[in-house]
Amino acid sequence: MTTGREAPRKARPRAPGRGVPLALLAPALLGLAFLLVPLLALLLRAPWRDLPEQLTSPEVWEALRLSLLCATTATALSLVVGVPLAWLLARTDFPGRGLVRALVTLPLVLPPVVGGVALLLALGRNGVVGQWLDAWFGITLPFTTTGVVLAETFVAMPFLVISVEGTLRAADPRYEEAATTLGASRFTAFRRVTLPLIAPGIAAGAVLAWARALGEFGATITFAGNFPGRTQTMPLAVYLALQNDPAAAIALSLVLLAVSIAVLAGLRDRWMRTA
Amino acid sequence: MTRSPHRTRRTAGVGAVAAVLALSACSTSGSEPSPDSTGDGLTGTVTVFAAASLKESFTTLGERFEKEHPGTEVTFNFGGSDGLAAGIDSGAPADVFAAASAKTMKLVTDEGLTAGSPSTFVRNRLEIATVPGNPHAIDSLDDLTASGLKVVLCDETVPCGAAARTALTAGGVELEPVSYEQDVKSALTKVRLKEADAALVYRTDVRAAGDKVEGVEFPESAEAVNDYPIARLENAPNPSAAKAFVALVKSAEGQKVLGEAGFLKP
Repeated sequence: MTTGREAPRKARPRAPGRGVPLALLAPALLGLAFLLVPLLALLLRAPWRDLPEQLTSPEVWEALRLSLLCATTATALSLVVGVPLAWLLARTDFPGRGLVRALVTLPLVLPPVVGGVALLLALGRNGVVGQWLDAWFGITLPFTTTGVVLAETFVAMPFLVISVEGTLRAADPRYEEAATTLGASRFTAFRRVTLPLIAPGIAAGAVLAWARALGEFGATITFAGNFPGRTQTMPLAVYLALQNDPAAAIALSLVLLAVSIAVLAGLRDRWMRTA
Repeated sequence: MTRSPHRTRRTAGVGAVAAVLALSACSTSGSEPSPDSTGDGLTGTVTVFAAASLKESFTTLGERFEKEHPGTEVTFNFGGSDGLAAGIDSGAPADVFAAASAKTMKLVTDEGLTAGSPSTFVRNRLEIATVPGNPHAIDSLDDLTASGLKVVLCDETVPCGAAARTALTAGGVELEPVSYEQDVKSALTKVRLKEADAALVYRTDVRAAGDKVEGVEFPESAEAVNDYPIARLENAPNPSAAKAFVALVKSAEGQKVLGEAGFLKP
């Protein structure tokens, strides 16, 4: 969430070694090792020799394609409704706003499997809303690719909302006020003044949401099930491969790791440095 | 390729050892001094490693065992048979192992860790679980292929999925499910929530779900029966009590409890 604003700080000169108290350095290095060792282990134990064979199977590419498609669609969906929601939370005052804000962040702390069950109860064939979708339009969402997108949006959108809301709160509202006093409507001010102002925050939020959607497992398998080509995303494929073919699971994990690093690195250079 | 699973198992084993040691340390001290009123010399803790599907019936049998042999205490470690076998292989101090398949028991017998050969004490077979009232009138495996019917299966990487595949092949039924679920309970849940019309699950799961699902038997399930073997372990800390517990499981009384849970006689 703060990635956008941290970028300029990097330019500040630092004195490595000298002046860093051991009481801070030791736990910092321990923390770094804790985060990096599992990733290193993945690389060390990777079945490099069998990798080409593991990665050329059509199932892997099908799962990867589905993962990228669903995570991107979920991010787009989050942008369309999440940015206005963030604006509502940051720029307007209505009774119960604090409560709404807390509810929006709930999926951040909710175990994803619980989110999946909640989605089934709401949008399932027999769910509170889902039964009408089925009766009126013949639409059922569980076990479909649309279901995957919805499950991913549910867990990923809060990241975007929180990130954009934070940026909005930090942005000076006087620019918008100036625009409205000059005759622009509130929507025009939002579109022409606010949006360009908070673009880096939106980008950071979108990247976070995309990454969260790409790695989503619990809500997806609970709400959308698992069927190759339709609802089996990479994390599901990794989990099921782990049951009887750990080498395949490691190979799949490497692909996911590579994709995540590539996208995060690419976007960081492109958008976030300009923050 | 074979190294990584081995590693994982070892680690799981160490955890299991630590847990079991901690458990037995607390319980033995408390139960040992109690008088042995039945005079059969049984005392102390019996540690039973058993497949998760045995949880309800074995817990009942454990309570009966403690009542019949005052001064004993039965400690259970329920879990996936694979993980339990790995724990025993890496030295977990267990007295009895009850597995959900011959394949997982073999992991232990191959290491020479069972006392004598294991024997099958119950069997479990698949049933079709449908929503209550069976509105789609599902009577056979073939009925599951009706168009528009949403059927979920277990993924073939887990035992119930492998059994389902065997049964479907035996019946020559080509079924396209809407989902391959990660375990038998998730498959059942989809039917309980009425999101799926039917699932292939174990008979005991249908029984445990009560009136939330309806079970339909089908002849092809005979081709995919899971044998549950039980064995005393070579390094059992409490061999006489282990023997008595295995005897209780195989006795008429034990078979009655297991039968009520939906297990079949061996």
